[in-house]
Amino acid sequence: MVEISSEVESDICFITVKGDVDASSSIHLDQSINEATRQFKKILIDCQHLNYISSAGLGVFMSYINDLEEKGIKMILFNMSPKVHHVFEILGLDQLLKITGTEAEAKEIVNGV
Amino acid sequence: MGISNKNIVRISVVLAIISWLGLLGATLLIRFGALQHSLHTIPEFVAKALLILYIFFVFVFFNFQIGKHGSTNIGELLWKVFVTGLIATILSLATRYVLILIAGNKFASNPYFVDILYTINIALIIVYLTCTFIVWKRLILYQKSKNLIRLWRVFEISVMLSLGLTFFKLRVFDITFDLVIAYLIVLAAILSANLKWVAYLNYKQKWKNILLMLLVGLYLWYYLITIINFTSNHALIIDLGENLTILALFGFTFLYSIFSILVLLFNLPTSSVFEKKLEEVINFQRLSQSRNTGQSEEQVFEILLDSSVSAVMANAAWVEVYPHNTSNGYKIFHKLNDASLREILDKIDRKKIKKIISSDPIKNVKGSRFVVDIKHHEYKSVLVFPIFAQEEEVGIMGLLKDLSDGFNRDMIEIVRTFVNQASISIENFRLMQEAIENERYKEELKIARRVQGALLPEKLHKNDDFDIHAFSKSAAEVGGDYYDSFRMDDNRVAYVVGDVSGKGTSAAFHMAEMKGIFHSLSQLNLSPSEFLIRANTALSACLDRTSLITASIMYIHCKEKKICLSRAGHCPTLIYEAKTGKVKFIEGKGLGLAILRNNNYKNFVESMDLKYGAGNILMLYTDGIIEAKNKDGLEFGYDRLKRFMEDNHQLSPEQLNNQLLDMVHQFAEKQILDDDYTTLIIKFK
Repeated sequence: MVEISSEVESDICFITVKGDVDASSSIHLDQSINEATRQFKKILIDCQHLNYISSAGLGVFMSYINDLEEKGIKMILFNMSPKVHHVFEILGLDQLLKITGTEAEAKEIVNGV
Repeated sequence: MGISNKNIVRISVVLAIISWLGLLGATLLIRFGALQHSLHTIPEFVAKALLILYIFFVFVFFNFQIGKHGSTNIGELLWKVFVTGLIATILSLATRYVLILIAGNKFASNPYFVDILYTINIALIIVYLTCTFIVWKRLILYQKSKNLIRLWRVFEISVMLSLGLTFFKLRVFDITFDLVIAYLIVLAAILSANLKWVAYLNYKQKWKNILLMLLVGLYLWYYLITIINFTSNHALIIDLGENLTILALFGFTFLYSIFSILVLLFNLPTSSVFEKKLEEVINFQRLSQSRNTGQSEEQVFEILLDSSVSAVMANAAWVEVYPHNTSNGYKIFHKLNDASLREILDKIDRKKIKKIISSDPIKNVKGSRFVVDIKHHEYKSVLVFPIFAQEEEVGIMGLLKDLSDGFNRDMIEIVRTFVNQASISIENFRLMQEAIENERYKEELKIARRVQGALLPEKLHKNDDFDIHAFSKSAAEVGGDYYDSFRMDDNRVAYVVGDVSGKGTSAAFHMAEMKGIFHSLSQLNLSPSEFLIRANTALSACLDRTSLITASIMYIHCKEKKICLSRAGHCPTLIYEAKTGKVKFIEGKGLGLAILRNNNYKNFVESMDLKYGAGNILMLYTDGIIEAKNKDGLEFGYDRLKRFMEDNHQLSPEQLNNQLLDMVHQFAEKQILDDDYTTLIIKFK
């Protein structure tokens, strides 16, 4: 099961993903990101409590790579556990998505400091 | 008791005949004694006793012949009385005719001759009275209660006991005689109030039974006259006119006939209502049983329409069934057609619609059931009911009447019950259909599984340098894992393992696409990385937005004893080096396929060359193994896989595979894993 919540802080949209993202729950993730990309140029995704992500879940992130580039949206994933990070690594997504350690780092990047 | 009913009936007939013959003999003897003024004659009580015996045996006969018989058909019972009475009366009339014929003749005044004729009449009267008595008993006890049965017993026993009173020289109008008669008649009157059987007759049957009852009364009247005639015209040895029991029986049978005729008459006007109710019950039963009797859904709607039409006496009606799944919608009409229905629907004044408030508040919200008056040249009011099944409106029924305000509350209620019952039947039909459909889907999936199984190679290409084993299992009927082998030339063999994101049917379709693309590319003599770059381009064009594929490809060059491999986001290949005894994962750069759907992909993939030696093991696998979870949510993981290989490198590829599967299953504590998993293991010689 997955729990996804969105919060807005000035011009940044924070998405918190908790639990497991698998083939069935990836739809919710897709919806949240889709909504965020329509309204915001800055999206931060908190992955602290992301336990597990299947290839279908990775497919959701993957599907926005082109969109983000075209619309000039900055999307940053942070606070990711080593295990989940490894999954991104193996697939090679870490080279295409911005993944950082802490929220502060993420904010820095997103604000273009 | 070992005697069957049939035998009792037979024996009682024989004994009754013997008793009657005895009675006849005794009567004649007594007459002879009286005429001869002889003192040596048999006493009168012998004749009386024989009469009682005769009555008793006739009673036993009818009691077992009619009383215990299974049939409770009222018409049949009354018919029996009628026929018995008819035969007895014809015989009795015959004796009368004989008397008339010989009037004036010396025979006419012959006392012996009169005695014989009278005794014959006694037999007939008793047969008829007893028969009527038993049938009346059946009718009175048609709907029995404990108290009623008790009262009947008291009456029956009282009648029996009264037979004994004939031994006393009681005369009509003696006080005792009158008291006993009064007592029996009161009992009979109370019992005669039990006429419940009348309610079960329809209009026609009631008329028929009134006729039969009148005839029964007529016979009784005739016999009474006969007895009185004999009593007043002849000096009789045994005079039924003085027999208390016989008179009481006359009273009872007569009383019950009168009561029956009156009740039948008074019930005539209401019988149509009862018939209607009965019809409703039967219709209701038809509706509820329809699913058992192999009827179609359309037949249920037809029964609903017919039942409702007859329940409210509608002049016309229709049922419209909405389309459902594969079946088209249709309409069923009763004395109506499509054109006139449209005309009627136009006439319905929406503002005047009176919604009917249902007892079930939930159903109120859903339905727009209404009753309304319309301005139509033929029909003046309409009642419309929606039909629901599985929380969904499946159709609508409309009933039309040629008078305004034509539907009363009772009618609406009964239609509601019919509609509800039909809904249940339809719901059952649809559930059954769904079950059948599901079964069909399962079959289809089985076929899909077979077809997909055929997409995986039956036999892998190989060289003499190594042993190889591959295995794949889907979590669902079909899955997204793939492995294959291609022979490039004598020297080189290629192996590939792929995994489509997601699982189930969509993954299976992409897996088939992957196989097609890989097979085409295998003809082009590409390097592993080039192979993956081309595969990325091809797959990017045909996978949907969120689908991706990971794959590992590996060429084995036997002459050079080297392996060239490339990875596209796939689980890193596991390698065991026999020389050093070390197990490691070959990661390297490699982005999954169809992630980057442009020309940049070539920057994210690379090839690696490795030398191999005897005893080395290579293992390609999918994430179903790594991500197998136990009940605490812990994954099998790379470390366990590594340790497994360290511990088991001495095994053959097939043994390795089996051992690993056992281990993964044991770890996950279940036989069917949540994801597809695949292994391809090569061991060099």
